[in-house]
Amino acid sequence: MIARRQFLSASVLGAGALFVAPGLALATVPTERRFVFIIQRGAADGLDILRPYGDPAFTGLRGALVGDDTLGTKLDGMFALHPELAQVARMYGQGQALFVHAIASPYRDRSHFDGQNVLETGGNQPYAVRDGWLNRLVTMLPRSTDAAIAIAATIPTALRGSVQVASYEPSALPHAADDLMARVTALYDADPQLHPVWAAALETNGLAAGVGASRDPVSLGRLTASFLTKPSGPRIAMLETLGWDTHTAQKGRLANQLKGLDAMLAALRDGLGAAWSQTTVLVATEFGRTAAVNGSGGTDHGTASVAMLVGGAVKGGRIVSDWPGLAPAKLYQQRDLRPTSSLDGLIAGVAAESFELDHEKVGRTLFSQNTIGRPMSDLLKS
Amino acid sequence: MKERSPVPSLSSVSSAAIALNRFGLGARPNDTPPANPQRWLLDQFAHFDVLPAAYATLENAGTIIKRYEKEQVANRQMTGQENQADIKVARHDFRQDVQTLYRAAVQARTDSALATETPFVERLVHFWSNHFCVSADNPRVTAFVGAFERDAIRPHVLGRFADMALAAEQHPAMLIYLNQIQSIGPDSNAAARNPERKRGLNENLAREIMELHTLGVRSGYTQADVTEFARALTGWSVGGLGADKSPGADPNNFMFRPGQHEPGVRTILGKRYDQDGENQARAALFEFAHSPATAIHIATKLARHFAGDVPPPALVERLATSFTTSHGDLPTVYRTLVASREAWVAEPTKFKTPWEWTISALRGTGRAQVGNIQIAGLQTQLGQRVWQPGSPAGWDDIAASWAGSGALLARVEVAQRLGSSIGAGLDARTVAPRIMPGSLSDATADQIARSESAAGAIALMLVSPDFLRR
Repeated sequence: MIARRQFLSASVLGAGALFVAPGLALATVPTERRFVFIIQRGAADGLDILRPYGDPAFTGLRGALVGDDTLGTKLDGMFALHPELAQVARMYGQGQALFVHAIASPYRDRSHFDGQNVLETGGNQPYAVRDGWLNRLVTMLPRSTDAAIAIAATIPTALRGSVQVASYEPSALPHAADDLMARVTALYDADPQLHPVWAAALETNGLAAGVGASRDPVSLGRLTASFLTKPSGPRIAMLETLGWDTHTAQKGRLANQLKGLDAMLAALRDGLGAAWSQTTVLVATEFGRTAAVNGSGGTDHGTASVAMLVGGAVKGGRIVSDWPGLAPAKLYQQRDLRPTSSLDGLIAGVAAESFELDHEKVGRTLFSQNTIGRPMSDLLKS
Repeated sequence: MKERSPVPSLSSVSSAAIALNRFGLGARPNDTPPANPQRWLLDQFAHFDVLPAAYATLENAGTIIKRYEKEQVANRQMTGQENQADIKVARHDFRQDVQTLYRAAVQARTDSALATETPFVERLVHFWSNHFCVSADNPRVTAFVGAFERDAIRPHVLGRFADMALAAEQHPAMLIYLNQIQSIGPDSNAAARNPERKRGLNENLAREIMELHTLGVRSGYTQADVTEFARALTGWSVGGLGADKSPGADPNNFMFRPGQHEPGVRTILGKRYDQDGENQARAALFEFAHSPATAIHIATKLARHFAGDVPPPALVERLATSFTTSHGDLPTVYRTLVASREAWVAEPTKFKTPWEWTISALRGTGRAQVGNIQIAGLQTQLGQRVWQPGSPAGWDDIAASWAGSGALLARVEVAQRLGSSIGAGLDARTVAPRIMPGSLSDATADQIARSESAAGAIALMLVSPDFLRR
């Protein structure tokens, strides 16, 4: 029994390479600028990604997650970047990465589905808006004569809407994602009939064994770059990453996740070559996680998190943050990092600057419910 | 210590969910749970569509086979000898045609199961198709399997058992599969004309009719009975196939060939059959179909399908009585089944077969048409290739046969694929309680709600212990 459990947990941890959902969606517009949106599904922990080590409450809340390891790359007197984000740290040093901390969408509850729906539609309530902000952004751009590429699977909500876009699935039969495998295992564990069958399935197949090269983060980054560098190919892409829901054993799992993300971003940079200077990548999640570590070495659903902009077009080497603090009284509902920046405002600002559109007009089109205040500005090199 | 039941403690299932999932083919998100589940099932008898649109365009298998045989003959005549290369090409083309036809038939069967408003009757079609199994083990049978279910099973699913049995045994698929077209009466005119060919009796169909389709194994018949029945069956054949040159013979239909029939009176299970020609075996078949042994055989299989791998004896007895007193009137037997408490126990009675799971997953995620999902390949991956159990006995109806670890992992992978093709288009949190009304376990609902993506939640719903059973 013990051996099996160890096997299971090792499998789940070791399958970090699977964290990328085989979902890549693309939109074609005639511009030399590239815009990529990477969604982190599962609520990525901003406090572990960009660690506010200068906050007096940080060690008390989070020391266990850092442990004896290096704190990461100290970016300034307050923040250190998770050590697995080595390539991103280098980009930051070259002025190609910018972080916005304590940021959140208008959503204030803690359901992944609803939070992702708000993030992707640009509404301020779940399911209040039907199409996605990224699709509405495409409607603001001149149409390309070249139709969008179409290769099966599914279009994420952010890219759904009136403009036809393409999606691509690298492999025919996906291996089940970590989150699904873990939940299936939990459900079957309590089922006397399914439990032994499932245990045998895991042992004979070995979760990580069948990982196809085409689905690892580097391949996905390269693949995305190859689409974005085609002469009349798409200029907007969205990538979905899964596996950020770290309720247990966060230390190892988040490290794996970030390692994959870091490799994907580097592959994207390398694959884009000269086009990297025209590129902006936004990385964001539906909400953050609790400030305190829970009883199983993880964190639970929270509120504010961190968002990243990386790319040659980014006016980087900066952290934008109205830091709310981690003292108990400063937390949102005494448990979460309090949001002080609007994710909608960041999205509107970066979209406007990427395609040289009017900030206010982009704000109204992408987020009609006027919850964003002013779109952020001065994010990209002019 | 409390005594433990050998059956896993499973969540309770509501009557509405039983009607939709155990008797039906799985609920759809927009289905209203039936207020009177038993009435809902019985009302379906009046609305069953024997020939749904999906089946109407299937090509005729016999025509394809005949075309292939003509090509072979032409090749031989053209070259004056068997040209191996040409024959190889023709055989390859033929196999491809047959596979295309097979896949189209599987798609038609799926579409029919997704679109139907009478899922209970549609499930019974699948049950009977497996009972009168023709396994797609060679190209000729493979070509016919879709037509077999369409023409021999569907028209009789709400009729009398004897009529379905006759249609099944006289269908080209069965006559080819169980080698009946090769069977020649030893004292027939055909045998006398070609004494050097030494063609004779083939007992395969006779045996399987008695063992599998009607009386059941170890029900008291002897080898002599089988041989006598095989003699009676001689002449039962298919039009236009093989060396047959008879004008207008239809390779898609049954044909009785008097020249191959063994003359004389037959005695089977102590009963004398002095009919002429085709009617001799027909009379014997009808006798079998109305036998008490057949009633028990059919009752046992129905009980196993609906009430669990180990069929409750009282239910078997009730169904058998109903079968006998109604002279094999199937709707009467179904009514007895629907009225039986053993079929309504609140714990799941069955681990879904790959086919049942696939159909219920597609229905449960709101699909009314199969579209571009290739079901034939999918079923092969899940471990039960449609219409190909590899044995005339059909798939046994015992979960251990298909609930293997590889197949379970494949379900999880397929579920993920279905989930990701739907994405945020469906909210599993609202759909799960709708398709498993009053029955979704807290644990499953909880894990669905916590899934990190909408697609993952759909996948989890489809492979949850609740959904894997009916």
